[in-house]
Amino acid sequence: MADSVFHHVVRAPEDPILGVTVAYNKDPSPVKLNLGVGAYRTEEGKPLVLSVVRQAEQSLVNDASRVKEYLPIVGLAEFNKLSAKLILGADCPAIQENRVTTVQCLSGTGSLRVGGEFLARHYHERTIYIPKPTWGNHPKVFTLAGLSVKDYRYYDPATRGLDFQGLLEDLGSAPSGAVVLLHACAHNPTGVDPTVEQWEQIRQLIRSKKLLPFFDSAYQGFASGSLDADAQPVRMFVADGGECLLAQSYAKNMGLYGERVGALSIVCKTSDVAGRVESQLKLVIRPMYSNPPIHGASIVATILRDKDMYNEWTIELKAMADRIISMRHQLFEALKARGTPGDWSHIIKQIGMFTFTGLNSEQVAYMTREYHIYMTSDGRISMAGLSSRTVPHLADAIHAAVTRAS
Amino acid sequence: MESENDPDRREETSMTQHCGAESAFARVPRAPEVPVYAVMAACSRDPSPVKLNLGMGVYRTEDGKPLLLNVVKKAEELLFSDPSANKEYLPITGLAEFRELSAKLIFGTDSPAIKENRVTTVQCLSGTGSLRIGADFLAKYYYQSTVYLPEPTYGNHPNFFIVAGLCLRTYRYYDPVTRGLDFQGFLEDLASAPPGAIVLLHACAHNPTGVDPTVEQWEEIRQIIRSKGLLPFFDCAYQGFVSGSLEDDARAVRKFVADGGECLVVQSYSKNMGLYGERVGALSVVCKTADVATRIESQLKLLIRPMYSNPPIHGAAIAAAILKDRNLFSEWTLELETMTKRLTCMREQLFDALHERGTPGDWTHILKHVGLFTFSGLKEEQIAFMTREFHIYMSSDGRINMAGLSTNTVPHLANAIHAAVTLIP
Repeated sequence: MADSVFHHVVRAPEDPILGVTVAYNKDPSPVKLNLGVGAYRTEEGKPLVLSVVRQAEQSLVNDASRVKEYLPIVGLAEFNKLSAKLILGADCPAIQENRVTTVQCLSGTGSLRVGGEFLARHYHERTIYIPKPTWGNHPKVFTLAGLSVKDYRYYDPATRGLDFQGLLEDLGSAPSGAVVLLHACAHNPTGVDPTVEQWEQIRQLIRSKKLLPFFDSAYQGFASGSLDADAQPVRMFVADGGECLLAQSYAKNMGLYGERVGALSIVCKTSDVAGRVESQLKLVIRPMYSNPPIHGASIVATILRDKDMYNEWTIELKAMADRIISMRHQLFEALKARGTPGDWSHIIKQIGMFTFTGLNSEQVAYMTREYHIYMTSDGRISMAGLSSRTVPHLADAIHAAVTRAS
Repeated sequence: MESENDPDRREETSMTQHCGAESAFARVPRAPEVPVYAVMAACSRDPSPVKLNLGMGVYRTEDGKPLLLNVVKKAEELLFSDPSANKEYLPITGLAEFRELSAKLIFGTDSPAIKENRVTTVQCLSGTGSLRIGADFLAKYYYQSTVYLPEPTYGNHPNFFIVAGLCLRTYRYYDPVTRGLDFQGFLEDLASAPPGAIVLLHACAHNPTGVDPTVEQWEEIRQIIRSKGLLPFFDCAYQGFVSGSLEDDARAVRKFVADGGECLVVQSYSKNMGLYGERVGALSVVCKTADVATRIESQLKLLIRPMYSNPPIHGAAIAAAILKDRNLFSEWTLELETMTKRLTCMREQLFDALHERGTPGDWTHILKHVGLFTFSGLKEEQIAFMTREFHIYMSSDGRINMAGLSTNTVPHLANAIHAAVTLIP
């Protein structure tokens, strides 16, 4: 029998982040903890479908007139409008001047990919600068989109904070027009965000060098608990009249993970440019999947358009953000109580879902082996995966990892 | 105080600068509208009460309305009331249950290829999403970069392969003289294809022509493809929509798989489950060995993750709920039969109406074509006339969506065709 025409295909390694969950699922230990993927868990360790999401789904199910027709290539119009307002602000002049095109995409990843492919086809600079470190999937998204990827200094392991000098130097020496990926808030994986003053300096540098900002906004509302506060950096850039790309995800802040809801916005100089850009975005989307899925976007639109549901959402969002902050404090206290060597204040200083613990890959491997703690090898843990009940176990594991003879 | 006219000063950013600087996208050209969307848009704008939209390939009821299948409604209600349901990320390859059931649906529950674990099936975004991942996979891993598409084919087909970086060729398919299959041309073109070339095949209900090979013709096609070592890539968007039987419509695909050879198969649930906007589909790669299948699966994940990470739950959960439940599955087959019967009925009515009017020409192809579409054989000029004078909207290649018709509107279309054909011979 003839050989397979694919006999030469090699086995690809498991995705480093999603692979953590695969490994976790295989582990039979009753004390196992999944701190890998950034998915929110309740105090009981369960996934959470927001009450307001259930309500929205109920109204969709009850709607006798609903159908499952194809959405337009750019997605659900109402969703797009509301999405833009959510991140840019309802009074945003760029929106009022029709200078923003917003297209529904498959969550943050899909928005980044569509934006990347658009830039690869239509933008004169094919290099994108990404922070070091960044979400593991970023380089692959942009590389497959057709861009070449460079990095700019971001995290300083010595201070466990922002390497601001390095950031300014690296962006300062980027070629004019280069694309710059910016985490809008709650940097993944480090949890280190620039201050407002630092953002202003970054903005000035980017504008003076005519770099093109591409924001990844996956945690609006999750960082501080306030949707508007978390949108400040993005809004600062848009307020100066300049252009930018913006990827939004509703995976975390609406708990819509698997429904793949997101949007790509491109803020342009003029509405004519925005119209032309939109027409080209359609040509990127059509040979990728034709048009986006209805369900998740319908849920989001239902919530965003209804004042009461919107308010309920902000309350549930704040509760999630608050629980995460509470976990930070509990973990910090637990390590203090154990006298674990080292300065662990970064746990309470970092922002968003993740803590960049500073643990090295050996220590991480040890914690997985001996304590059944699952996390990414860069030392990132998802605080959303912790509860008051499980914090002690994690603290024990960290303590053991840090104090064991190497 | 520094002069505000100093160019260096003006460069310095303030909160309201940049109004004068050129857009980074100033030279981005306006893309033309996708043809079938342009037809729909024109139809929307037309105020005429007798307008007919026969353009887009979606099912419509006798009342001209979109259809939410009963069985889909039931499945959704079940999902909604399931206390264990959540919205966690699916694995990159999608909902496990959906993948398994999807493979069984197209390959058969007793398929040896499935039993031998030689098939990898991944959930993708409907047919188009599956085609794109398949094309990207072949571009990266397959030694031959030429894809043969039937002439004509679904308007979007070339785009997937172009974007993936593959080269396109066509094989003869439709014969405008007979309005049937150009079988000779088909075989000749396959025979002269380079060894290993990829061949895109419509599993059933060819879009846009509605012309399918017979069982005997499929067998000859299969033999030539296998003897030349060509790689079949099936697009199956209409399983159940041709004959009303899911099994019968899968026959061509199953014959290929039964010979032990390899192929790619794309499935869509847009039409047969009416799940259009939920984007439900799957890509299967049937391999020689289980080991190859798992390696391919691992590589498919590397293509999916940087595109959208993992696929949407909702539609796949609906499809899985229907496929796994005996009662829902039965109900589904009944609703499928109803839809296909209505399409057949429209064909018969249109044929009879043209016959009654003594419209010149042979219109039997309307009865012979299968699936959603008929390739009417009308010319561009005739179609433009029909749009102008009768407010009929259809693709300029002559493709008509039979589902866009109803008993009430068939006469209007027949009048339009009659007028067009007699005035513009």
